[in-house]
Amino acid sequence: MSEIQIVEAPPGVEGAGFFATSLDKAIGLARSYSLWPLPFATSCCGIEFMATMASTYDLSRFGAERLSFSPRQADLLMVMGTISKKMGPVLRQVYLQMAEPRWVLAMGACASSGGIFDTYSVLQGIDEIIPVDVYIPGCPPRPEAVIDGFMQIQKLVQTESLRRRDSPEYQKLLASYGIQ
Amino acid sequence: MSKITNEELLNSIKGRFDSDVTHISEPFGLLTLETSREKIIDLLTFLKTDAALQFIYLTDITAIHYPETEKPIGIIYHLHSLVNNVRIRIKVFVADGDVKMPTATTLWNGANWMERETYDLFGVVFEGHPDLRRILNVDDMTVFPMRKEYPLEDPNRVDKRDYFFGR
Repeated sequence: MSEIQIVEAPPGVEGAGFFATSLDKAIGLARSYSLWPLPFATSCCGIEFMATMASTYDLSRFGAERLSFSPRQADLLMVMGTISKKMGPVLRQVYLQMAEPRWVLAMGACASSGGIFDTYSVLQGIDEIIPVDVYIPGCPPRPEAVIDGFMQIQKLVQTESLRRRDSPEYQKLLASYGIQ
Repeated sequence: MSKITNEELLNSIKGRFDSDVTHISEPFGLLTLETSREKIIDLLTFLKTDAALQFIYLTDITAIHYPETEKPIGIIYHLHSLVNNVRIRIKVFVADGDVKMPTATTLWNGANWMERETYDLFGVVFEGHPDLRRILNVDDMTVFPMRKEYPLEDPNRVDKRDYFFGR
């Protein structure tokens, strides 16, 4: 008896020799287990992310084995650490260079809200400049929390409609950040 | 141990700049004195080039703001004589609206970034500096954030608003 678990099929119609489901469920399933994250690590949260990638916690179990250091190929922008106002335009450009569909995960107090750095030089949360899908609380969050946040992203990817990125709501969201 | 004492150091400074150095003290054994804007470059040049003293290393240039005093902005120089293993701290206070200093880049190239930082945070204009622009903060910042009249906190912070705490 093998202990290897494979992912369960999405709900659909099954019969002799065929299985039918909707296209966005199948694509969402495939996408969610092959996300290429771009680690944008600027401080201690980045160290915690390294632990998450290493063998004990092993984020590759979730299909996120292949980190992309090129924004062109990345699906998920993981922002980990304090983003100063001078770094803001850099982060924004990295986001703009990513192709749709793209997701953003803000890890830790600093990336989410500025954290303890309530000061003139630090961006008070990256959602001032780019839209964020999932926030992970903690200072820094434990690897378990990072994995939980990543699984929340996977859930979003699985349930996202294929037309969401064309919807007026999404265009409005981007426009509120001055993108496009 | 330093090869020359603070007393010997002070005597050789007094020999050249008798009444131009004031407010002499030794907190934690560090000789600290004040001088004027007109004399600062002469004093730094003397300390650097004097054959016995040889304060060849500029440790830091920074500033301080005491808004309640007559001359609120102080520019502070830390020098280190690597040869004699002794340090000195020199302060120059200037009045508000006249926050200018002659540059020390003529003596030490390392003063370049220190003066840019002091300009960035306190708005001290170093006259004669080759490239005086902001170094740490964003280029379009309009304030000098370490001055007391500017709030330290970011106004965009939302999670500390009073209504979250029933105030």
